[in-house]
Amino acid sequence: MVEAVVSSREEFSSSLAGHKAPPANVNAAQWRNALFVAPYLFFFVTMLVFPLVWGIWLSFHKADTFGVGKFVGLANYARLFGDRIFLLSVGNTFYFVLLTVPALALLGLFLALALNRQTRTAAFFRAAYFSSSVLSVTIVTLIWRIVFVPDFGFLATVYGWFDTKAPAFLSDPNLAMIGIAIATIWWCLGLPMMLFLSALQQVPAEIYEAAALDNANRWQTFRSITLPSIKRTFILVVLIQVVLQFQLFGQARLMTQGGPNNASKPIVLYIYDVAFKRWDLGLGAAASEILFILILIAAMAQYFLTRNRGEN
Amino acid sequence: MSNARSTSIMGRESGDRVVLLLVIALALVMVAPVLWVIGLSLKHNAELMANTNSVFYPPYTITNYINILGTSSVFRWILNSLIVSGGLTIFTLVLASLAGYGFARLNFPGRDILFIIVLLGLAVPEQAVLIARHQIFGMLKLHNSYQGLILPGLSAPFGVFLMTQYFRAIPKELDEAALLDNASRFTIFWKVLLPLTVPAQATLGIFTFLWSWNDYLWPLISGTKKEMFTLTVGMASTQTNFAQSEGLGFLMAQAVFAGAPILILYLFFQKYIVTAVSGAAVR
Repeated sequence: MVEAVVSSREEFSSSLAGHKAPPANVNAAQWRNALFVAPYLFFFVTMLVFPLVWGIWLSFHKADTFGVGKFVGLANYARLFGDRIFLLSVGNTFYFVLLTVPALALLGLFLALALNRQTRTAAFFRAAYFSSSVLSVTIVTLIWRIVFVPDFGFLATVYGWFDTKAPAFLSDPNLAMIGIAIATIWWCLGLPMMLFLSALQQVPAEIYEAAALDNANRWQTFRSITLPSIKRTFILVVLIQVVLQFQLFGQARLMTQGGPNNASKPIVLYIYDVAFKRWDLGLGAAASEILFILILIAAMAQYFLTRNRGEN
Repeated sequence: MSNARSTSIMGRESGDRVVLLLVIALALVMVAPVLWVIGLSLKHNAELMANTNSVFYPPYTITNYINILGTSSVFRWILNSLIVSGGLTIFTLVLASLAGYGFARLNFPGRDILFIIVLLGLAVPEQAVLIARHQIFGMLKLHNSYQGLILPGLSAPFGVFLMTQYFRAIPKELDEAALLDNASRFTIFWKVLLPLTVPAQATLGIFTFLWSWNDYLWPLISGTKKEMFTLTVGMASTQTNFAQSEGLGFLMAQAVFAGAPILILYLFFQKYIVTAVSGAAVR
């Protein structure tokens, strides 16, 4: 039995390598070889697998700072879906994803198309547009709070030149999420641009030359060559951003504290407040699992949509 | 609308000019907030209290930056960030290289299924393990320590994934030649293959360092003592209500001071950073 597994593995690896297998004893499955992966697996199991399982277990228990209490079944989930603020935070998160992801994908694509050339100017702009991406959320929110702050902020100053009053981006419940979205787009725009750029550079130049010979104009070239060849990247960019923006936390916590009146509170901030301010760990764990499922759906979509097309 | 579009596309020159103008306009929107912050950081606090419009004309001053040297905890936070991000980067490189070699080259029972499980770990968001991690670290008394800030990051599967891919791309003939010379597996890893993975090490190292430097959620709940703040958390803790803030210029100077190192790093390692960040996103 063991031998059969070993030999099939050898066939598998040698057929992959495409040449004859080295001496059998070298490629045989040996426990000793696992020593190379053991150090990483130790951390993988203790810091990721175990907490994941524990988190699921917690979500079915009553738990607070005094310890884990009795099994309560789905009570935490029932409380969660009865909590108006949780439902609001789910709605807010979807709204935020809707505000940021299309803007990031379209602006990123526009910039990639505009800057996909071999000039120094283009290189300068590419570097400039990506530079905000390396900053931490703290710096980004500090910058944008001082832009949005009423009376003496940058926006208020610019509006002041025209004797008008700037919209109160962070204190108006209808605008708070939009203010956070603007700061986030400013922060995250670099990555979609770079992903589109590398996709554009993989389109063979011969195709464009052929199109030029056929007297295709720019719009035709864009529609029949560029767009189809970056379709997969477009899906990829959208799904990466969905996963990223679902995890909104720092911007909301630092710019609005989720306010006014929870109007800009995302799921992660809800989890943070419930688990680490109110120490209602069971409820927080249940909310984390809901977020996990939402992100998992997006991650699975990324896997299947982008892998399948790659194989065809 | 369609008319305007077709003319701008037909006439290459004018089309280019519109695009260039849009790119410049957008770049100004990108840069203006930063210039505003730098401007404020160069003004006396008292002057800003009266009117922030004064930022557009002299006198300018570097007093705010000098004050950072004396009164701010920024240096302690930078040191913490360097220890945490540096430590995490070094350990990640070691663990990921060993595991990547193991998964790509060696055979051991359950290898393929283990690798798939590790890959599935990529889909687990930090928030799903956060509360349990916090409890475990509390029991082990690891909060407010460097180990507490570094250890969770070591479980990230991305590095193992990247290094496995990279080791797989190296021709197997190299190993086999060394095996014929009776080299041990570790010697092959250390002497023959590892030197070839330097580009992947650079990518992974830069990505890990940057990610850790900017991480906000875990350090916020684990390092709760002021002297254990990382730069990102510490800077956030100083952001009180601007409207009541007398030290606006000082706050802005701190922001510039905290953001500058990573921007300077970006200037020098631009190519690597872009590759690292986009590579990590695509996985």
